[in-house]
Amino acid sequence: MSTHSTYDMLRHFADSWGLLAMLVVFLVLAAWPFRPGARDKNHHAANLIFKDENDG
Amino acid sequence: METVLARAGVWLAVLLLAVVAAALAADAGFAIHMTIVALAALVILWVTVSGADYGAMARGILKMPADEGRYDDDPIRWGVIATVFWGIAGFAAGLFIAMQLTWPVLNLEPYLNFGRLRPLHTSAVIFAFGGNALIATSFYVVQRTCRARLAFPGLARFVFWGYQLFIVLAASGYLLGTTQSKEYAEPEWYVDWWLTIVWLAYLAVFVGTIIKRAEPHIYVANWFYLAFIVTVAMLHVVNNLDMPVSLLGSKSYPLFAGVQGALVQWWYGHNAVGFFLTAGFLAMMYYFVPKQAERPVYSYRLSIIHFWSLIFLYIWAGPHHLHYTALPDWAQTLGMVFSVMLWMPSWGGMINGLMTLNGAWDKVRTDPIIRMMVMALAFYGMSTFEGPMMSIKSVNSLSHYTDWTIGHVHSGALGWNGMITFACMYYLVPRLWGRERLYSLRMVNWHFWLATIGIVFYAASMWVAGITQGLMWREYGADGYLVNSFADTVAALHPMFIMRAFGGLLYLAGAVIMVVNVWATIAGRLRQEAPMRDAAYDPAADRPILAPAQ
Ligand code: HEM
Ligand code: HEM
Repeated sequence: MSTHSTYDMLRHFADSWGLLAMLVVFLVLAAWPFRPGARDKNHHAANLIFKDENDG
Repeated sequence: METVLARAGVWLAVLLLAVVAAALAADAGFAIHMTIVALAALVILWVTVSGADYGAMARGILKMPADEGRYDDDPIRWGVIATVFWGIAGFAAGLFIAMQLTWPVLNLEPYLNFGRLRPLHTSAVIFAFGGNALIATSFYVVQRTCRARLAFPGLARFVFWGYQLFIVLAASGYLLGTTQSKEYAEPEWYVDWWLTIVWLAYLAVFVGTIIKRAEPHIYVANWFYLAFIVTVAMLHVVNNLDMPVSLLGSKSYPLFAGVQGALVQWWYGHNAVGFFLTAGFLAMMYYFVPKQAERPVYSYRLSIIHFWSLIFLYIWAGPHHLHYTALPDWAQTLGMVFSVMLWMPSWGGMINGLMTLNGAWDKVRTDPIIRMMVMALAFYGMSTFEGPMMSIKSVNSLSHYTDWTIGHVHSGALGWNGMITFACMYYLVPRLWGRERLYSLRMVNWHFWLATIGIVFYAASMWVAGITQGLMWREYGADGYLVNSFADTVAALHPMFIMRAFGGLLYLAGAVIMVVNVWATIAGRLRQEAPMRDAAYDPAADRPILAPAQ
């Protein structure tokens, strides 16, 4: 393959399936903390920095 | 004994190699650098073989509490001192170059001219001040949130000292004229290799500590730190793929040339902003703001969305530094679109930080450390609003190459990075040295106001200067010729340059107050002072109403 057609192929892949795949991965990761039952886990995670009383 | 011997052998070999390299060096800069390396190896060799416990002596001089077997805090204490020290050096360099731009007689050729001191300033503030703050706070936070001692304590010390050597080599190189001239990536190939080694060691210590954690969940601040460490490693290696001319000389040539080189450079440059100056400092925000406010972060979910959005968006925004260049148009538009999208998660993060104070807003009045944090977040919000706006091509055609960019940089750097770092230092020093409190909270307040007014002078003067400059450059007369020469614009900006230098002076003065405060706190002194706020008490009114005499 010539360098130009490699470039062309990668470029088309990047703005079609590549873009779609990244978008889906992003949406799954962003939705993850909203899954059912995550509320408690989030609350616990946010407060874990206070468990250590004398941390200095 | 055997390990001491083996270690001494390694350092002796390094020493000999450095001496040979200095003797055979192809240019003076390389020879001086190898001499510095040889001296560093000599010192380590001496410390290794002499058997004296220099660590304990230093702890005595710096009044560091003995290790109580809880957390490994010595490298963090060193890091705090280094942060404060390099901060002063970097701000002083900034003030000096600001004065050079105002009064050109201050250009002291050749070693202290503007061209050599400018990278000295940027590296000192970003990599020395910011980098030490990031390394120190990341070691602090990862231990506390993982409830585990640092993994590989020897390696952690190597990271600290190795990083200082990197700074010294970089800074001395600029003064000697040894540079590969890529902004924020100026050091030459051998310094880059050294930083790569140090950085991988840093990654090993950080990940090692996470792996041995006792707390099942990995707190979100650690995600940001890890993203910062991994991404900076990747950026640094790719942008510094160079071929040295000689293994005994400082000159090298980059692998990428032309527009590819420019794109790689600004992919690096922008993500240095995105992951060094943003993700790393956001990690500080997500731990220290909730700790100082004594409330959990406003929304843990939002913090995770903030994280993934920054990761997925920042990487594509680099081309906004190359608008109207030879870069293909679609790439410029891509950079612009992703930059505009970045505005939302950035503000999500700012709101998350600010709303952490929900229900404790009175602390902004009574606690100057919280006040610094709030100001830092406000400037984070401001520069991440300004940035997306400047990346719109039509706006950039006015702002590019002007002092507007400089104003944007410093509202982010002084306001966001500076303020959050100062707040973290004030949080850390009493805890790390086992003091009851800081020497003086009122001095923190002074620092806050000097820094804030300094930023206002800096940013406001550069906005005016930038827009003036941009408008003057594009002004055409009726006959189709440009109206102003470049020198005309320089003359018009002179008053603004004076105001910027004055702002820098105030900012530096605030930092000097911090040095005194940190110093006195380490020495164990407590300033007798009126508390920041107290409920009013009027003894004259504090008595029963006597029945009026009839
Ligand atoms: C006392 C405080 C400071 C002063 C007076 C100051 C002054 C300056 C000056 C005069 C320049 C050169 C501008 C030009 O070439 O036109 C500059 C550039 C720069 N400074 Fe500062 N600075 C200060 C603090 C900081 C801090 C704390 C940071 C970062 C954490 C920082 C980051 C930068 C960067 C990244 C540039 C390069 C900007 C660009 O190329 O667009 N500065 N500074
Ligand atoms: C959403 C976030 C941001 C976006 C989209 C953004 C966008 C931009 C744009 C468009 C430029 C001007 C490029 C040019 O015309 O040459 C720029 C320059 C710069 N920004 Fe930002 N910015 C953002 C946040 C920040 C923050 C938070 C900081 C620092 C703490 C920062 C530091 C810088 C620096 C150092 C430069 C100067 C680069 C140079 O040397 O030319 N930016 N940014």
